[in-house]
Amino acid sequence: MNFDKELDARGLNCPLPILKSKKSLNDMTSGQVLKVVSTDPGSVKDMQAFCKQTGNPLLSSAEENKAFFFFVQKK
Amino acid sequence: MGMTPDNDMIDALVKQRVDEIFSQKLEEKLAELKAKKTPSMTIIATKGTLDWAYPPFILASTAGALGWDVSIFFTFYGLQLLRKDLSGLKISPLGNPGMPMKMPFGPDWFKSINWNIPNLVQANIPGFEMMATGLMKQTISNCGVAGVEELRDACLEGGVKMIGCQMTVDLFGFTRDDFIPEVKEYCGAAHFLPMAKDADVSLFI
Repeated sequence: MNFDKELDARGLNCPLPILKSKKSLNDMTSGQVLKVVSTDPGSVKDMQAFCKQTGNPLLSSAEENKAFFFFVQKK
Repeated sequence: MGMTPDNDMIDALVKQRVDEIFSQKLEEKLAELKAKKTPSMTIIATKGTLDWAYPPFILASTAGALGWDVSIFFTFYGLQLLRKDLSGLKISPLGNPGMPMKMPFGPDWFKSINWNIPNLVQANIPGFEMMATGLMKQTISNCGVAGVEELRDACLEGGVKMIGCQMTVDLFGFTRDDFIPEVKEYCGAAHFLPMAKDADVSLFI
C-alpha cells in the first residue's frame, strides 16, 4: 500500500505508538497515508480505537514477524 | 350538528400525532447530540511518587490524542507532578507489597526473580529508596515505556489542561514559580467540581 510518511514505533510501549501517530498525523494533509510499525501487541486494539475515535480511517492492519503494520489515512 | 369536525376532536388527534412524532424525533436528536459531543474527562491527581505519576499522565495523554477534552486537577502530593524538574520523583517499596521487585538487568532467569525484601531491612538500609527508584526507571525504559517528562509533554501537546490546587500550594509553602508555566490556572474545589460534574469520565488517582 502506498504511504506518504512512515512512523517507526518499534520498541515503544503504550501509549507511545498512539501519541506518536497523532503527532505524525498533525503534520500531514488530508488524504495522506501514515504507515506505522509497532512491536507492541496492545497497539492493534489501540490503533483501532484511535482511528475510530478520531475519524482517521484505518486502511489496513497486518502482522508480520512479530511486528504490526498499520496504514492510517488523515481525514 | 354540522359537517365541520369538533374542535375537541381535532385537538385530540393533533396531540396524539405530535406525541408520536415528538418521541421519535427526540430520540433521533439525542442520538445526534451524543454523537457530536466531544468526550471529556477530569482527573484528580493526589499522589506524587514516580509510580503514581504514570496513571494520570498516560490516561490524559491518550485521551488527548483521541481528541477528548481533558483537565487534571493536581492536589496534595499531586502537585509534585507539576514541578519544572521531574527528575526528583521517587518510588518507595517500603510497605508497598504490591510492587514487583525484579532486577532490570542480567539473564532472563535472574530478571524473573521477585526479591521480597522485608520492610525491616528496607527501612534500615540508607539509600534503599534511591536504589529502588533507579531500578524502576531502568525497568521502565527497558520496556519502551515513556518517561514521565515525555508523557507530561504529550499531555500539554494534546491540549490537556493542568490545574493546580491553590490551597495545597499555600499549605506546603510552594510558590507558583516551582511549577511549569503551562499550568492553566490555580483554583479550589468549588471551581473544579462543576468541571467534574459535566465530564463524561471523572477519575480520582
